[in-house]
Amino acid sequence: MAMRKRGASFRLVVDPVRCDGYGHCHELAPELVTLDEWGYPIITANASPGNDRELMRSAQLAVRGCPRMALVIERISPQ
Amino acid sequence: MSLHRVLTGAPRSTPATYREHIAQFGELPRTLDITKELLSSGLTGHGGAAFPTGKKVELLKNQRHGVQFLVVNAMEGEPASIKDRVLLSTNPHLVIDGAVALANTLDADQVIVCVPRDRPKLAAIVQRAIDERPTRARRDARIELQTPPGRYVAGEESALVHWLNDKETLPQYRPTRPAILTIGRSATLVDNAETCAHVALIARYGAEWFRQVGTTHRPGTTVVTVSGAAKPAVTEVPYGTPIIDIIRECGVINDPQAFLLAGFGGVWIDGAEAHRGFDDDSLRPIKATTGAGIVVALPLNACGIRETARIVRWMAGESARQCGPCAFGLPALADDLELLASGRRAEQTLSRLQSRASVIEGRGACRHPDGVVRLVRSALEVFATDVVRHANGNPCLHAQSTVVHVPVTQREEELEWQ
Ligand code: SF4
Ligand code: SF4
Repeated sequence: MAMRKRGASFRLVVDPVRCDGYGHCHELAPELVTLDEWGYPIITANASPGNDRELMRSAQLAVRGCPRMALVIERISPQ
Repeated sequence: MSLHRVLTGAPRSTPATYREHIAQFGELPRTLDITKELLSSGLTGHGGAAFPTGKKVELLKNQRHGVQFLVVNAMEGEPASIKDRVLLSTNPHLVIDGAVALANTLDADQVIVCVPRDRPKLAAIVQRAIDERPTRARRDARIELQTPPGRYVAGEESALVHWLNDKETLPQYRPTRPAILTIGRSATLVDNAETCAHVALIARYGAEWFRQVGTTHRPGTTVVTVSGAAKPAVTEVPYGTPIIDIIRECGVINDPQAFLLAGFGGVWIDGAEAHRGFDDDSLRPIKATTGAGIVVALPLNACGIRETARIVRWMAGESARQCGPCAFGLPALADDLELLASGRRAEQTLSRLQSRASVIEGRGACRHPDGVVRLVRSALEVFATDVVRHANGNPCLHAQSTVVHVPVTQREEELEWQ
């Protein structure tokens, strides 16, 4: 899952209890988040921004845009 | 065959009194620390997760601020299990002894025994046992009874601890497990009631005695609830006892077509696997576990898909409705299974069911939805020929009766979370 690049790897995670399913995250970071049939976010498999600047920026956008503060960027500890 | 250790003396019409308990098992040795003994005994939790009890204790011992609470989990929210109830109604003091031994080991001040609110008789048994115990030495832990609302997820460790903190039984989002649970700021150890009873015996007779029966990886005995094809009954057997022997012991006469193992969040296995041992090593190749010691035997004249639909509908009602994928996904799975069971538009339904199962998996705050997904997948595998028949529009003809005991789902207004 984690992209193996130099440096730390990160991924976007949803706290399902906080998430209300309004789907802003999908609009803000479509390349990282899709929605299920009920409107709740699914973090797609390639959701490890790693050192990829673009993805990291989208992830941050989604985190900041989430009205419920349900998203966090989590560091993936190296295996 | 059955071997009564924690169930010594069963069946009894009244729980063993403190005096009877001491006559049977002797005094609990005043050993201060039984961590080593627990580690070498190989005892694992009997609540379903099968985590090594000694390791759990060790983990907590290294907490900087110490451990204050020892919670005995007798919530038994699993509808297919009655073993904790039977155990507490037989040897309540053995369970309490185990909790006291763990509390002494961790230097915890308080033991909290949790029994669901909707089982007042059981609560009374526990309260009587607590009152009956001799006045404690100054350094012994206080023992108290708590009665959280009895919901399926209420027995989940984090939900239970959440209730003890805030009187709310909602499971907590725990990105990393196993996390240290806390009441207030104090680290808390939660152990299943049966686990505590085994601890009490290990404290008395030692790890070597404990390992005399069972398998190398799962030593000791386990209390199993058998239901479905026969009236629910409980027996205690060494781990590794063939499933067929366990069900015969509990009055199942005919060979079942399938077994539901571990509970409503467990898996179906084919009836042909009946000769497998009841322990996680023997069950791993068929992706099953013993869970909280549950075997539901499905007789030939029942429809596995219909039974699964009933279970999933109930499980959907037990969702704490905190998380979208669980609150919406589980009822959707139940809808699909019911359609499949009825044979209407079954082919589309089957593929939708499979994709919905994958979408839901891993997206709840607790394991509740994952358990349901696992159950559904195992049903599609074990009842594969029935699924095809249903998908071709031919529902089971013989399935007039239902066999799995599914409690009545309470209506939303009646749900008691507080
Ligand atoms: S923006 Fe936040 S609340 Fe809305 S769907 Fe995404 S994670 Fe959930
Ligand atoms: S996954 Fe379901 S049962 Fe678990 S916390 Fe979320 S809504 Fe509640």
